Amino acid sequence: MLRQSISFHLRPDSGVPAYLQIVQQVKQAVRMGLLDVGDKLPTVKEVVAEVAINPNTVMKAYWHLEHEGLVEGRQGVGTFVSRRPDGPPPGTHARLARSLARWVESARSEGMDDESIESLVQSALRSPSAEQIA
Amino acid sequence: MSGPAFTPPAIETSGLGKRYGPLWALQECSLVIPQGHITALVGPNGAGKTTLLRVLAGLSTPTAGTASVLGRSPEQSEEFLSSIGYLAQDIPLYRRLTAEQHLEVGAGLNRIWDAAGARQRLAVLGIPTGRPVSTLSGGQRAQVALGLALAKRPRVLLLDEPVAALDPLARRMFLTSLTEAVAEGDLSVVLSSHLLHDLERVCDHLVLLAASRAQICDDIDHILATHRVLIGPRRKLSDIEPRLSVVKATHTANQTRLLVQTNGPVLDPSWQVDEVGLEDIVLAYMGQEEPEGTAHPASLWAAS
Repeated sequence: MLRQSISFHLRPDSGVPAYLQIVQQVKQAVRMGLLDVGDKLPTVKEVVAEVAINPNTVMKAYWHLEHEGLVEGRQGVGTFVSRRPDGPPPGTHARLARSLARWVESARSEGMDDESIESLVQSALRSPSAEQIA
Repeated sequence: MSGPAFTPPAIETSGLGKRYGPLWALQECSLVIPQGHITALVGPNGAGKTTLLRVLAGLSTPTAGTASVLGRSPEQSEEFLSSIGYLAQDIPLYRRLTAEQHLEVGAGLNRIWDAAGARQRLAVLGIPTGRPVSTLSGGQRAQVALGLALAKRPRVLLLDEPVAALDPLARRMFLTSLTEAVAEGDLSVVLSSHLLHDLERVCDHLVLLAASRAQICDDIDHILATHRVLIGPRRKLSDIEPRLSVVKATHTANQTRLLVQTNGPVLDPSWQVDEVGLEDIVLAYMGQEEPEGTAHPASLWAAS
């Protein structure tokens, strides 16, 4: 039996900071059921020994997850999943979907094709957010 | 980084310069590296990386400015050197001695010497300690040298291109040993290299030397978060939002492609905004014209 619950892989040169890649991979693992509430994340030393990355990067990722309330660090024991990442309530989802549909409609009426709409959305998503800079 | 007591930075230099005859190998180098980081030191050949590391290790006296390591000025005293580990480019070992003999020599020369930890580390890697080091592979020799440097239990470790001559597997194993040592305790590392992909995973801080000066000294996550590539219709640089500081501009007949440093979202919707990897950012700074006066964004110094 493998001791370590999950392992991480990093895409270099993606422009996404390594700690965020780890954060995303933990969240994804929980969403997909690979990790359950109460499961232990690999220790910093285990991650470092496996993928040769900076220990601070792993700690920063775990702090970030702890700050979001998704994991809990227990002194001397390890870091454990404490709850599933939340999405917005279904009402918010529907409201945002309606307003996006209206926006897409108005973009099309001004002559934008789907490809240029996609590239606009991509561009807006990639523009540095306040969170990333802080 | 936290706590009430004042923690001196691992490394601090101010206006540091080193001249060999008429030639400045390093000039006006000012930087602060907090403790607990693995810092990448990058730059083209001849940018002054080795010179900076030698000054920090107390092996070379600066011509101008000041340097401090853990709050102390570098010098050839036992007290200063006991907290510093330095590994020169050519992996200096006595070829005819075995790793075990190196450990014995080290025990006689150093106040603190963790031979047991070093032996254990080499045993885990399966490196024979009873054979002359000249019979070991390049990767094994590098591991022996790293083991010796770590046996001093240094608080700052300076490594000058330690992995340049190693094959990819040996390189990965060396970097794993290094990151494990940092995970174990109170250790700051400065590592010079040309291998940006390795550095991006192992380091969390970056110093870029080019044209004998430090062009960037910042947290790598912050560097990634504040640099973007913009692609859009061709335009003059004077028509660009003043908040964007242009690192590199490429124009074709119809298109302008910029690599910019910015502290906020890009507002002009005619730009397609893309994230950019560390390698491209570093190359863009390296490719810049030699700075005259204020060619570089002051904000790069502010963070971290």
